[in-house]
Amino acid sequence: MSKLSYAYYPGCSGQGTSMEYEASTRGLCEALDIELKEIPDWSCCGSTPAHACDHVLSAALSGRNLALAADMGEDCVLTPCPSCLTNLKNAGRHIAHSDDFKAKVNKLLDEPINEVPDVKSVLQILFEDLGPEGLKDKILKPLKGLKVVTYYGCILTRPPKLMEFDSEENPISMDELMKAAGAEVLPFPLKTECCGASHGVARKDLVMKLSGKLLDMAAQLGADAVVTACPLCQMNLDLRQGQVNQANKTSYKLPVFYYTQLLGWAMGLPQAQLGLDKLCVDPMPALNGIAKKEDAA
Amino acid sequence: MQTVNLTDTVDRTFMEKVMEESGQVLSQCYQCGNCTASCPYTFGFDIPVSRVMRLVQTGQKKAVLESSSIWLCASCTSCTTRCPNNIDVACVMDVLRHIARREGFVKERRVKAFFDSFLDSVRKHGRVFEIGLMVDYVCKTGRFWTDMDLGPKMLPKGKMSLRPHDIKGKDAIARIFKRFEEENK
Repeated sequence: MSKLSYAYYPGCSGQGTSMEYEASTRGLCEALDIELKEIPDWSCCGSTPAHACDHVLSAALSGRNLALAADMGEDCVLTPCPSCLTNLKNAGRHIAHSDDFKAKVNKLLDEPINEVPDVKSVLQILFEDLGPEGLKDKILKPLKGLKVVTYYGCILTRPPKLMEFDSEENPISMDELMKAAGAEVLPFPLKTECCGASHGVARKDLVMKLSGKLLDMAAQLGADAVVTACPLCQMNLDLRQGQVNQANKTSYKLPVFYYTQLLGWAMGLPQAQLGLDKLCVDPMPALNGIAKKEDAA
Repeated sequence: MQTVNLTDTVDRTFMEKVMEESGQVLSQCYQCGNCTASCPYTFGFDIPVSRVMRLVQTGQKKAVLESSSIWLCASCTSCTTRCPNNIDVACVMDVLRHIARREGFVKERRVKAFFDSFLDSVRKHGRVFEIGLMVDYVCKTGRFWTDMDLGPKMLPKGKMSLRPHDIKGKDAIARIFKRFEEENK
């Protein structure tokens, strides 16, 4: 198979709160021979604050990045972050389908947009282009006995007409990749329920309830860990887990991994590349548990 | 139950404006309630999303724009995904926020302050500077204790950069915001 290569949009949180997602995504793709060509001088997509303010402004912020990717000669942009993904896809779709909208966006930009590249998540490429089968022979340390729930968050596959990936009600891409890596994937009925999203700062009370529900269910199912693909979901469940415990009088210590970290671990990537030390809830008891279950078997 | 007097509070131009800006045919909403049943935030909304839709249909501008719900909508798109009539309800909620912002209706001040601090950070640096954003939010709201407990968890891990990630094209980003403001004067 020829080497897969894409324009790459890391997203702002990858330089801060989700730096372990960024590091493990890069490490994983390198090990799988997928080339990520970072869009030079990419800027923020504006996330929810931009589309909640104005759709043309939001599309201009995303559009600048799409135009830079097109200038690189790339026809597909990859991003690990579902929020960036939604904004880039939405902007691309509206610019491509409406000349009137495109003209409004171009009015805000220094250079008008010509071509609009396709946008996909890193997860989509791993699942559709590489596939769980393509991963299997790279697994050196299977995640044997590790019971996980996969949490996709709201917008990775929804709305389906825009995202065009996996199922909007019961997505399975992360499940299949985790199974290929040897983990036991528990049926999680809250796969696409909202964690509270970006209201953690302004309305923490509401996020405590929503993220609390997710942790309650994961714990009730007997999961050793939660696996996510979204920096905001991961932050609400991991960084805020102490706050959730305090608000709901619980005492969870559930590690919340990015799927890229667990796949990288199973492929034997160096720990520094996986950023496991950046997680707030200590992931080592769960990971050491795998080795113990191996010994016992 | 909330009752609405339709004799003197109907604003048809409001309804038409929401239809035009969202591109959605609002008359297709027949109040099945799927959006409300799907909405994770219903428990925190002052007006459930299906009733927001009904109030827009009946031109109840003030009631809708003064609600908390339009600011608390997390854009999770459950409503859009499950609407049997293919109405992009999340897009309608977005447009209601746009109009509320333009016309000075802000029920959830802290949510708007967070969004504003976020956009100011992008405008200034080209990318979000997380610590700067938090400092700005705290200054705007006076809520100095917000997430103070998270600092000690994150700083030792080096997860929050103390310096902004300015990009070369940050002036181009600032120009996008400036032109946007000029267009919308």
